[in-house]
Amino acid sequence: MRDDSGTLVTLAGYFALMSLFAIGGANSAIPEMHRLVVEVRHWMTDRQFTDMFALAQLTPGPNVIIVTLIGFHVAGIVGALVATLAMCGPTCLFAFFVGRTFDRFRGAAWHAALAGGLVPVTIGLTAASATVVASAADYNWIAAGISLVTAVICYWVRLHPLWVFVAAALLGAAGLV
Amino acid sequence: MSSSSPSPRASDAPAPNSGSSLVAPPPSLAELFVAFATISLSGFGGVLAWSRRMMVEDRRWLTVEQFNEAYALCAFLPGPNIVNFSVIFGSRFRGPLGGLIALVGLLGPPMVLVVILGALYAHYGDLPALRRALVGVAAAAAGLLMATVAKMAQPLFRNRAVAGPLVAFATFAAIGVIHWPLPLVLAVIVPVSIGLAWVRL
Repeated sequence: MRDDSGTLVTLAGYFALMSLFAIGGANSAIPEMHRLVVEVRHWMTDRQFTDMFALAQLTPGPNVIIVTLIGFHVAGIVGALVATLAMCGPTCLFAFFVGRTFDRFRGAAWHAALAGGLVPVTIGLTAASATVVASAADYNWIAAGISLVTAVICYWVRLHPLWVFVAAALLGAAGLV
Repeated sequence: MSSSSPSPRASDAPAPNSGSSLVAPPPSLAELFVAFATISLSGFGGVLAWSRRMMVEDRRWLTVEQFNEAYALCAFLPGPNIVNFSVIFGSRFRGPLGGLIALVGLLGPPMVLVVILGALYAHYGDLPALRRALVGVAAAAAGLLMATVAKMAQPLFRNRAVAGPLVAFATFAAIGVIHWPLPLVLAVIVPVSIGLAWVRL
């Protein structure tokens, strides 16, 4: 754990920039977080990153909360605050100003082009996030089985994801993963 | 917003379901905080369903149409949708302070929780049983992402267009397989994708 101001500035810079590219939400930015935090900075191991992803999924609230956890791991409470502010601050200001003028844009043609263009990118990014998590260190055949079963359940059944997470945690704790 | 007119049937706007067309008075700052804290703490994974239930069905602060419009806007903006939604919703009713209060309500409680979990993890993260439990949860969460991808991708393949699936696959390969930096990839692929969508309109 490091808490020098240089680390905080780097943390803030990374997440502030990332927030502008998180099309479709925090889950789209998981591969970029992994690249910067694990591959570039070596702030944590592959396994620790996957653990944080799991912890963030177990916490109620928006998925962006993984940023708080990463910040906390890197630089304590201050790091948690800095990372979260950096990830949410710029886009919130943007949302605030755009929200005030939104009524003017209603029904514009570029609106549809923007939607049609961003959706496939979001799909690609979300698929990449699943891959990054699935290629982590401890991922074995049983883990792959859990992923597949979860995917099938969540695709066809309207079940609260928390129950699947609890079942997967119990399977893991029982030594099956 | 002009939807607070007391007339039971506003003639200029069609009411999709007359049950929720009666909109309640705007929320106070305290109500904003409690509403978004509740939405946040009751939502695991996806928060959209909970925010719709509270805003439209329970509190009646928005009509279905207003909610859909606000949410569509949030999906276009960079950053997490629900975070943007809290800012736009709060500031629309109570100005900048309302936006801030709604945001703090949304992020504050889960931040406290996740920091507690993070501290516990720092102490007990090496316990074998806990480690394996987290591997299981991460695997399940990856599966949840796969299901999300499958659901989102359905309309892409429905109209037999090639551009959408191609863009999705190129994005996946560049980020998930080759591990190129996100800003670089998006700087190329987003204009191309929007251009392709514009041509198809």
